[in-house]
Amino acid sequence: MNEVADLMVVLMAMTNLILLGTARLTLGVRLVGAQGALAGAYMFAANAEHPTVHVLALSALIIVAKGLVFPKVLLRTLEKAEARHEMEPYVPYSASILLGMVMLASSVWVSSRLPIAGLTIPPSAVPISIWTMFTGLFLVVARRAALTQVFGYLVLENGIYVFGAAIAGEMPFLVEMGALLDVFVAVFVMGVAVFHISREFEHMDTDRLSVLRD
Amino acid sequence: MTMYEYSCLPVVFGLTLAPFFLGIINRTKAKVAGRQGQPLLQAYFDLWKLLHKGAVYSRTTTGIFILGPVVGLAAIVAVLGLTPFAGCPPLFSFIGDLILFAGLLGVMRFATMIAALDTGSSFEGMGASREAWFSSLAEPVLWLSFAVLARLTGQFSLGAIQSEIGSALWAASAPELALTALSLFAVFLAENARIPVDDPNTHLELTMIHEVMVLDHSGPDFAFIQYAAALKHWVLASLLAGVIAPVHTGHAWIDITAALLTMAGIAVATGLVESVMARLRLTRVPQLLVGAGALGVMAFIVDIMR
Repeated sequence: MNEVADLMVVLMAMTNLILLGTARLTLGVRLVGAQGALAGAYMFAANAEHPTVHVLALSALIIVAKGLVFPKVLLRTLEKAEARHEMEPYVPYSASILLGMVMLASSVWVSSRLPIAGLTIPPSAVPISIWTMFTGLFLVVARRAALTQVFGYLVLENGIYVFGAAIAGEMPFLVEMGALLDVFVAVFVMGVAVFHISREFEHMDTDRLSVLRD
Repeated sequence: MTMYEYSCLPVVFGLTLAPFFLGIINRTKAKVAGRQGQPLLQAYFDLWKLLHKGAVYSRTTTGIFILGPVVGLAAIVAVLGLTPFAGCPPLFSFIGDLILFAGLLGVMRFATMIAALDTGSSFEGMGASREAWFSSLAEPVLWLSFAVLARLTGQFSLGAIQSEIGSALWAASAPELALTALSLFAVFLAENARIPVDDPNTHLELTMIHEVMVLDHSGPDFAFIQYAAALKHWVLASLLAGVIAPVHTGHAWIDITAALLTMAGIAVATGLVESVMARLRLTRVPQLLVGAGALGVMAFIVDIMR
């Protein structure tokens, strides 16, 4: 089932690309959700030949949490904050896409130098998971709106997750659950924080928070 | 290769069916909007009507203005001779003919733009400037798609590339081919001035690109331009059809039927895109093309990783 796992990873790469180029926040929420679900589906597809209860339970949990619950929480925040579009980001969208291509090329280079050649994993999994981490970090740095920074955090987490699943195979159940719980709480807290920022200041640009005085 | 007997077929199909392709797009748009729509053969009627009219030339124009449509049509007919269709090899084929393919499209564009500038009208100058801007972004995307296809198939002529793409290649490298098909579709829409980039129905000089450049042409000249535009649709769509539906059964007529159905499918898809999307703001168009280019780069890198 390596082909299916490969396809999941390439689809994740597509979501990265659109996330880099879109200003629409609802689309962003949906894409982040889709990417999370794809990460869960990757876990399943990569181990589909010997499915264990552990793998089944974990990928189902991830699909439900990242694919359904997180988008729900974020969409609700978005609705309350009454925001539709990201205002001018620090890095314009076309430039973001071009930088994304540079990041993709460098993650291919990095992954070619990692000593993981002996493992039977889909060839695109490692470079694209590294690219996903880069994209997440980039979104946190290059966007103004608090919600887009939450996207960045989630994309980063998806990248780390697929990277871990690709090179380590199975991690202890407790570790995975712990990470998932952390992300869950983080999304919840960030959702609330974004809502409060936008209610206090009628916008959610984080750069303007730095001029606050008491 | 018995298929070489059919190498004049792509040209014959292109020359006869290209206006019909536009008819399908218009009919799809009409159906989605709940209208009855113009006849499927309207483009042919228009060409016939225009060919029987006289041409009007402004006193500011020179010979360049008269040459523009002729050169454009000649260039695109030459491109048609290089385009494979339905597994039939093209009329002319040599190693590296994809460079000539892109170059001749450039010649056609240049002829249209310089004829537009020759009118001295500021609107047409604006249209020419936009065309130059967008096509300079669309051409690298076309190149990238060619590069990916050449790398995947190991061939450097359009005919050989198309005969190498088949179910075996799709099974081996579906993501690359799908990404390339997407970026080729974006090139198809941008080069043919279809909706996310330009609106073929618009009548506002300020917003249009292709239509504004040909405002001053009339009669047979305009017929040439319309026909050349239809052929450009056909040529780029048959490139795309060769990637998305490579049917090589060995029976020429089955292959041709499949290819014609694919072309009709592309026309319907174009009509649907035009029905559900609005034209992008001018400043957003480069983003679309950069995105299409990024898809090409991704296809290339995914292929390198294997």
